[in-house]
Amino acid sequence: MTSENTLLEEFVQREYAHGFVTDIEADAIAPGLSEDVVRLISSKKNEPEWLLQWRLKAYRHWLTLEEPNWHNVKYPPIDYQASIYYSAPKQRPKLNSLDEVDPILLETYEKLGISLHEQKILANVAVDAVFDSVSIATTYRETLEKHGVIFRPFSEAVHDHPELVKKYLGSVVPYSDNFFASLNSAVFSDGSFCYIPKGVRCPMELSTYFRINAQNTGQFERTLIIAEEGAYVSYLEGCTAPKRDENQLHAAVVELVALDDAQIKYSTVQNWYPGDAEGKGGIYNFVTKRGACRGQNSKISWTQVETGSAITWKYPSVILQGDNSVGEFYSVAVTANHQQADTGTKMIHIGKNTKSTIISKGISAGVGQNNYRGEVKMMKGATNARNFSQCDSLLIGDRCGAHTFPYIEVRNSTAKVEHEASTSKVGEDQIYYLRQRGLSTEDAVNMIVNGFCKEVYDLLPMEFAVEARKLLSVSLEGSVG
Amino acid sequence: MLEIKNLHARTLDIEILRGINLQVAAGEVHAIMGPNGSGKSTLAHVIAGRDDYEVTQGEILYCGQDLLGMEIETRAAEGIFLAYQYPVEIPGVSNKEFLRIAMNSIRKHHGQPSIKRTEFVSLLKENLSRLGMDKSMMDRSVNEGFSGGEKKRNEILQMAMLQPKLAVLDETDSGLDIDALKIVADGVNALRSPERATIVVTHYQRLLDYIVPDKVHVLAGGKIVRSGDKSLALELEDKGYGFLQELALS
Ligand SMILES: Nc1ncnc2c1ncn2[C@@H]1O[C@H](COP(=O)(O)OP(=O)(O)OP(=O)(O)O)[C@@H](O)[C@H]1O
Ligand SMILES: [Mg+2]
Repeated sequence: MTSENTLLEEFVQREYAHGFVTDIEADAIAPGLSEDVVRLISSKKNEPEWLLQWRLKAYRHWLTLEEPNWHNVKYPPIDYQASIYYSAPKQRPKLNSLDEVDPILLETYEKLGISLHEQKILANVAVDAVFDSVSIATTYRETLEKHGVIFRPFSEAVHDHPELVKKYLGSVVPYSDNFFASLNSAVFSDGSFCYIPKGVRCPMELSTYFRINAQNTGQFERTLIIAEEGAYVSYLEGCTAPKRDENQLHAAVVELVALDDAQIKYSTVQNWYPGDAEGKGGIYNFVTKRGACRGQNSKISWTQVETGSAITWKYPSVILQGDNSVGEFYSVAVTANHQQADTGTKMIHIGKNTKSTIISKGISAGVGQNNYRGEVKMMKGATNARNFSQCDSLLIGDRCGAHTFPYIEVRNSTAKVEHEASTSKVGEDQIYYLRQRGLSTEDAVNMIVNGFCKEVYDLLPMEFAVEARKLLSVSLEGSVG
Repeated sequence: MLEIKNLHARTLDIEILRGINLQVAAGEVHAIMGPNGSGKSTLAHVIAGRDDYEVTQGEILYCGQDLLGMEIETRAAEGIFLAYQYPVEIPGVSNKEFLRIAMNSIRKHHGQPSIKRTEFVSLLKENLSRLGMDKSMMDRSVNEGFSGGEKKRNEILQMAMLQPKLAVLDETDSGLDIDALKIVADGVNALRSPERATIVVTHYQRLLDYIVPDKVHVLAGGKIVRSGDKSLALELEDKGYGFLQELALS
């Protein structure tokens, strides 16, 4: 007699589809971290002096910090001297034409299902592809420039638009913000820069696709998005990495700035390699993402589907500074096998009538551990501010866990905070019911999980929702029966 | 179509079915009655394949095949349908989506292509109106927040859409108002055909006024203690189960 439970436990054996390695010559520096390494990275990128100084300040500050340990994840100490802090495909990309990009790289992205050939790209998505440390191609640049939208690798923006980069870099996530943000500020290699001018509704979805390829290499990219008054942009981020036995570090920083009446919608489908069924390998994803609703009536939404990484440490946040500004966080996080996630959000209400909504769906399978950590702060000036939080956890099998840590601080008596939480299990009776109607156990679990995530899926851009669904079913796919 | 021979089934703790013998031929409707806890639902679940129960003796042949060796979903695809005594809620999954995926799973099993959307919609519409159900129910999550009666109707809707060969209805009449009872009975009668068979589990002879059974069986203490025609149901209503339970114990 097979019980549903053993079936479910077998269920968490997963195949990672993006685990191949691209064999390409890389220009990498020796492992290790020092002021010289910071200088070397900066000089390789031909950076202006002010940026080098900023990096050095970050580096020196980082030396004074200790790795955080308040989160509910476990991992052996990371040897920061063993990692490589810069690796780039050897052939320097000529960004004017995709045809000049190394065909091996293009092939890699094709394999990942991300076509960089503009004519083949799904309608209306401009892609910036970041391979290890550098951005290799940004599509649709010309179309975007006609609208005044600047979308390009960070390293180029530093040269083309230094005034904008200087003004906003570190303005939301200062170099001193936290251990991983400081590290990133010191050694970040590339990333995407995006600027939407006043009154412009960005004519297409913008997307960055991150790929870690090289061994022992940390990826530290920075994304900076600025939406001027009345501007609108929807931004998508995707990520994958090869299967490797050792853990790799990914410590990114994303900063968003929304001015008066501007709106930024930031969606992530994170599918870094999660490690194998025994918990070997996988990406450590320690990411700082924060948006500032600087202007009145501005709005920032984070939507994320997190299925990958061995460890995820991530709290996309919104600082609601402008009056009537709106912050949203919608999240689906899956932990299967030995994956651990400590993720959530912070909503800091400063302005009047600010509103935030948090919907978090955590799914745990195998011996995965899923933690939701959410902080809602209502500051003194946040008159009539509102927050609604809902955290639901779904458990698949008996050996996984879900934990919710809400932190609430209210300093204005007119502000209101509502928090709801629930934990449910994928019921044997549900699976039995669906199988009795003809579905396989896998399809049944997928259906239940998709139903559980529906509220968040409904908010993802169409193509991403499809991808997210597929990803989730792969994540939970297993040798059933 | 269905041949149950000396079926014994148990949970870890107790033996529930203790030697069931039952034969249902294509085209027939059988009613199973019996006191609470006598094993009616257990029998239905063993037919459907629920793995909480271990079959320790006996066999079930379905269309000549060994049923007990088949997976739950294979049985479903081969035409076995159980209308649950307690239908299950699936939050976030719309009834419509669920029905479409269920139909396609079964079609796939038979090597048929997925149903066309338009075909599905018109079939659904037809069945909804026949069962007096509002189409807004189709956008709601499966059984979530449905009243007891609505859940039962929803089971019949699924049956009507999936067109099973052997339907087992476990107390589908409980919790239904009189009108709904007639509608559900119509639903069952609509499926009556020489190729299909139905087993209705019920406590009330009233249902059998609408779904006239070919045979009535009384299950008590895990055994079929009496079989007869429709008049047996009337007799039971008159005398209660007391006298039969004595039979079961002997
Ligand atoms: N999974 C189980 N674990 C333990 N006991 C069970 C289980 N399933 C059924 N039983 C027991 O087996 C007996 C038969 O249950 P069953 O549900 O088949 O009865 P029933 O005839 O359908 O009753 P009712 O008319 O109340 O629906 C009961 O005593 C019940 O408590
Ligand atoms: Mg019962």
